[in-house]
Amino acid sequence: MNVQFRAEPSASVSLKTAIADCDIHPARATKDELYPFLAKRWHSHLETYGIQAYHGMMEGPPYPKAQPNASRRDAWPPEGGPQGSSLSFMQKQLLDPYNVALGVLNPLATGQGLRNQDFAGALCAAINDWQIEKWTSKDKRLKASIVVANEDGIAGAAEIRKRAGDPNFVQVLLLSRNVEPLGQRRYWPIYEAAQEIGLPVGVHAFGFGGNPLTPSGWPSFYIEEMVGHAQCQQTALASLVLEGVFERYPKLKMVMIEAGFGWAPSLAWRLDKTFEKLHSEVPHLKRKPSEYIRDHIWWTTQPMEDPERRDHLFQTIEWIGWDKLLFATDYPHWDFDEPSRVLPAGVSDANREAFYLGNAKKLYGIA
Amino acid sequence: MTRHVIAPVDELPPGTRKFLDIDGRPIAIFNIKGEFFGLLNRCPHQGAALCEGPLIGLAQSSNPGEIEYTKLGEIIRCPWHGWEFDIRTGQSYCDPKRFRARAYPVNVEPGSAVVKGPYVAETIAVSVESDYVVVDL
Repeated sequence: MNVQFRAEPSASVSLKTAIADCDIHPARATKDELYPFLAKRWHSHLETYGIQAYHGMMEGPPYPKAQPNASRRDAWPPEGGPQGSSLSFMQKQLLDPYNVALGVLNPLATGQGLRNQDFAGALCAAINDWQIEKWTSKDKRLKASIVVANEDGIAGAAEIRKRAGDPNFVQVLLLSRNVEPLGQRRYWPIYEAAQEIGLPVGVHAFGFGGNPLTPSGWPSFYIEEMVGHAQCQQTALASLVLEGVFERYPKLKMVMIEAGFGWAPSLAWRLDKTFEKLHSEVPHLKRKPSEYIRDHIWWTTQPMEDPERRDHLFQTIEWIGWDKLLFATDYPHWDFDEPSRVLPAGVSDANREAFYLGNAKKLYGIA
Repeated sequence: MTRHVIAPVDELPPGTRKFLDIDGRPIAIFNIKGEFFGLLNRCPHQGAALCEGPLIGLAQSSNPGEIEYTKLGEIIRCPWHGWEFDIRTGQSYCDPKRFRARAYPVNVEPGSAVVKGPYVAETIAVSVESDYVVVDL
């Protein structure tokens, strides 16, 4: 198809007020971009055996992604490579026009959730080094998330402690779909280490735990995966609460990333009501489930809830707390939220500032 | 309303589009099977450069299991969220009541008429022998 594209990327607005973007996905321009951070033994392993997640013998994700690399079609960097792989283009298309003061990097396609635990750990460590080298050291607005080989909690905790005090990192990153629900004991060393070094743990949608997306099997469509992320996140959150993770790690802060937040009140109500009857099963819980959720959980906005009536949105946010929402675009992915369009009118200046910037700066400890 | 001369017809063959700024407005002109259409290059949903998306057809189904693919090359799909609009009318297929892409009338005029005016040439020097794509704005 003969398409004449505009030479310059288009940003529809130029924001005066600074914002935080709490879900940016950096990508590798080439496979060997990681090699400087990876021992030779793993170059050979990667080329010989590839990367094996817990799902079947297949390349790529189990569902189609609507657009190439699930990304905006205007986000291919002019110098080549996949969307999200060029810092200069990210600056031009996202950071500068939208006045992003803090951008939190959440790399996907890392070494998380691989079957070979040693390889998983090596790849995650390489991704963490690569985030500093290619991104955070080159643009001070960007901060990285520590990715860890999460199925090996002890190795994951070691990687977290290795990064303690490094100002390049503001978060530990997990995914929502794992081998077991996220509250289970195999993951506890990760929470212990995160609490110890004082970073929140983000739980981003996706991951390959080898289980179907739904509890009753593999659905047919990508649209089912899009909404299924909320179900997976609910499973993760219920598990975290009910296993007593927040009782055990009372200073732990967690961020639910890219799975919506509109479902939070109803999950909490159901948990509370059931807890009244079944608290003898989980006597390690000292408070109602909803209290753990409201005290320990932050929520990124993309995909921002968009009910027909804006008062329904505001009621949901009031339950969650205006101090718990973190604005995110999900750049460069195709379901990108445009900052000036996501929040309806009728929000106080203080809440608006908290939503777009203040909450994120406070949570991530950015002055 | 001002009539703007966009390009000689032979510079915009069927299946192609041309992007330009007219009076500060981003516009795209499409040639769909020999007919010309103009759209504001801004998605009414969240403001992406709508016209830089792929040209697709329209998948419709009267019953589950029966899918018809029509209007091939006449639907523009937003590069961000995949919202689909009919290039001929600007109609949205995602939320037709609330959202419509801004459409502009586009015509083909002979060079003799263009030279006579009252046209503004945006991108080209006009010669009398050619036909020109013209948009009303």
